[in-house]
Amino acid sequence: MTYLYYPGCSLEGSAREYDISTRSALKALDVTLMDIPDWTCCGASAAASVSTLLSLVLPARNLALAEAIPGADDILAPCSACYLNLKKAEVQARDESERSRLNAVLEVENLRISGRMRVRHLLDVLSRDIGADRIREKVTAPLSGKRIAPYYGCQCLRPYRVFDDPERPVSMNALIEATGAQVFSWNMGAVCCGASNMSTHAAVGTSLTTAILKAAKGADAIVTVCPMCQMNLEAYQDGISQSCQDNLRIPVMYLPQLLGLAFGLPRADIRLDLNLSEAGAFAAGPAQAER
Amino acid sequence: MKDTENVQMTEALAPIQDMVRACIQCGTCSASCPNAFAMTDTPRRLWRMLQAGETQAVLNSETFALCSACYSCTLRCPRGLPLTDAMNALKQVVARKDALRFASGTLFYRNFMESVRRHGRVRETEFMYLYLMAMKNPLLPFRFAPLGLKLFSRKKLDFRLPSGGDARMDALFHKVRELENTP
Ligand code: SF4
Ligand code: SF4
Repeated sequence: MTYLYYPGCSLEGSAREYDISTRSALKALDVTLMDIPDWTCCGASAAASVSTLLSLVLPARNLALAEAIPGADDILAPCSACYLNLKKAEVQARDESERSRLNAVLEVENLRISGRMRVRHLLDVLSRDIGADRIREKVTAPLSGKRIAPYYGCQCLRPYRVFDDPERPVSMNALIEATGAQVFSWNMGAVCCGASNMSTHAAVGTSLTTAILKAAKGADAIVTVCPMCQMNLEAYQDGISQSCQDNLRIPVMYLPQLLGLAFGLPRADIRLDLNLSEAGAFAAGPAQAER
Repeated sequence: MKDTENVQMTEALAPIQDMVRACIQCGTCSASCPNAFAMTDTPRRLWRMLQAGETQAVLNSETFALCSACYSCTLRCPRGLPLTDAMNALKQVVARKDALRFASGTLFYRNFMESVRRHGRVRETEFMYLYLMAMKNPLLPFRFAPLGLKLFSRKKLDFRLPSGGDARMDALFHKVRELENTP
């Protein structure tokens, strides 16, 4: 199994542990990732607020770079915002007149998009291409007794229905169970984390994350598949706990970090020490100590 | 608003008005919106204002500035309208108009894109620096300080000073602007 890998800007910066753990968990699952040389920003959530054409050209540039590499037809993106931007460009490029409009811009860099690439989210690949059975086979350190709250967020589910129900997602359940852990049942998995409102309208963003953290009480950890969700759910826990006068601190980690723990991968391949929440405490918790 | 400006803005809103022309005012979008509680005008009301050509009221509304692009409304609208795209289009109109009240959100997005133009990828420190400078709000850095410290202690912030970069994306950005300005 080979995929072209689009890490995106966050995974080179504040979400380095997502990049590291994605690469190592997929390697353990015998998946080959090929880097796309000279990839650039997909436009994040910002480009669409500035210019529609720019918000399509930026991801299209990366699709064009990927097309030039033989040997794979799928681009794997772990970040949900990158995934959606690349997906939008993929969908637009299916239309001939849209495609020529994009190519008119890409021409200045001698690039062309034909529409050959398929954009896949990491969760899509883990749940449909790899599947829970293959994950279970690799588990050497089962996370028995841990209750894990699956958090999907928005943009890997909506607006495109690709691999899961966009409002009542379940794709993470089987993967979590494959690690030996239990799924913490809640109804916040597909509710918005506030996204960039956390920076632009802090009070509004905070009330969304607060509701999610409150609902997660009783779980041992929240698992995410997007750097923006991860940041919003873990970075403000101290302040939120203080203003609610309730301890809402909880480990938050990326899905491949959870898999890495269950696979017994070395710490350097999971990097829980980089998480802003106390994810390290989860790893050192009773389930692991009992072994 | 001056008359000429009003005409310009009404023109700018026309394509967005088209996007929501088929709205039947059922309210599903408002009921699905996680940020509706903070909006003076719910999404449904905003579409009504657009349909009625209430340019000034639309631009004065904070509704679209509060949209966090969760796509719940787009998914559920019984008329299949591209509502999140309409919210983004409104953000673009305001970004161009540079309305002072929205300085916070607009500058956030603009500075982000400036970092992309310079480097091709986003350098988070530079982005924050540009954002804070552009806001000229000396209190703002304090709000980000605890987060900054956390990121710093985990070596997630890159403290190289903002630089000119190699402007590697200039040609692409230039071409986009050129195409957008030719009707
Ligand atoms: S859900 Fe669609 S039809 Fe209903 S009020 Fe909203 S935009 Fe109009
Ligand atoms: S996409 Fe925006 S307007 Fe629509 S429901 Fe989500 S936050 Fe509300």
